[in-house]
Amino acid sequence: MWLFYHKLGSPKYFYSLAGKLIPWFGWLTLALIVAGLYGGLILAPSDYQQGESYRIIYLHVPAAWMSLFIYMVMATCGAIGLIWKMKMADVIASSSAPIGAAFTFLALVTGSLWGKPMWGTYWVWDARLTSELILLFLYLGFMGLQAAIDDKRSAANACAVLALVGVVNIPIIHYSVEWWNTLHQGTTVMRTDKKTMDTSMLIPLLTMAVAFKLYYATVLMMRARNEVLDRERDTSWVKELAAEA
Amino acid sequence: MPILPKHAHRRKKLGLILLMITGVGVAVGMVTMALKENINLFFSPSQVLAGEAPINHTFRIGGMVRTGSVKRSDKSLDVNFDVTDTAKNLPVVYTGILPDLFREGQGIVAMGKLRDDGVFVASEVLAKHDETYMPPEAAEAIKNAQKMQATLKE
Repeated sequence: MWLFYHKLGSPKYFYSLAGKLIPWFGWLTLALIVAGLYGGLILAPSDYQQGESYRIIYLHVPAAWMSLFIYMVMATCGAIGLIWKMKMADVIASSSAPIGAAFTFLALVTGSLWGKPMWGTYWVWDARLTSELILLFLYLGFMGLQAAIDDKRSAANACAVLALVGVVNIPIIHYSVEWWNTLHQGTTVMRTDKKTMDTSMLIPLLTMAVAFKLYYATVLMMRARNEVLDRERDTSWVKELAAEA
Repeated sequence: MPILPKHAHRRKKLGLILLMITGVGVAVGMVTMALKENINLFFSPSQVLAGEAPINHTFRIGGMVRTGSVKRSDKSLDVNFDVTDTAKNLPVVYTGILPDLFREGQGIVAMGKLRDDGVFVASEVLAKHDETYMPPEAAEAIKNAQKMQATLKE
């Protein structure tokens, strides 16, 4: 277990392992997205209140979950990078940021498109929507800070601190619908008191959630491989690779 | 603890990170608590009637449309209804098109001003929906079961 962990910390080992895993993850992602969308858009029944419009949930909710999940990955990597000075942690954090920003943007846009026909407005400054928008700015700030500092090491440290400070926003987003009164409805899936979604609707939703996670893993590995090559361009193994190609 | 970093300086760094997160958390927690009223999107009818809502200012009220209270005008888009939080009712007037989900018993959020006679003049009405999703047949079944139970109690 620890040997695997230490090996994963080596950029060369990561590069070759990720190269082998990407096709598997990619195809599995595609299969699950097709299954999830078919289940959500065709098999699942319409909603008693929202009719067919609720189906945007199959993009909106998984995207919103990913926006929180990826941020937690970045913050965790930030902490690991600060404490153990592990190169791969910096690579994972910096490669995750644009993916997280994209999911946050997707969650905001799909939410907005859902809001117009159901609520009657694209946007309202309630706690859930505002805190999710702040999350988008945190991602953009992270990317901006990284781009602004030339030295990779100091950039990673600065970004790690930013990511860790921003972690406060994550519970705020999750609990915003409970702590304050909002236009956004309460939590549907992540609750234990009662079942608020019919199983026939829930299964495609969870399928999409897993598909989005795998998509993240796939794209993350692709981006991280590029980042590794860039950072290690002066090492012998990258030069050998380049010579082969 | 085996999970803790072995080196003292790394342990110190971990401590600093946890301290930073706690510090920021406490600070943000205090700010959001102080601004609670501003972060809340709307006032409930009880709050409005208790005089907590701003006078002569635009604000939002939220609650359910009281069953049996919706009256639409035949000639115009005028509509009036009561918003209730089950404890207190607040009469609302509105001119315009209502969202599709607007109906009696539905949660809404309305923006507008309180008139001197205690009527809320809304300039915008938004519909809230809850976090339950189910097929229409399931909703029907629940309704029937509730009706059955009510009859049994009688």
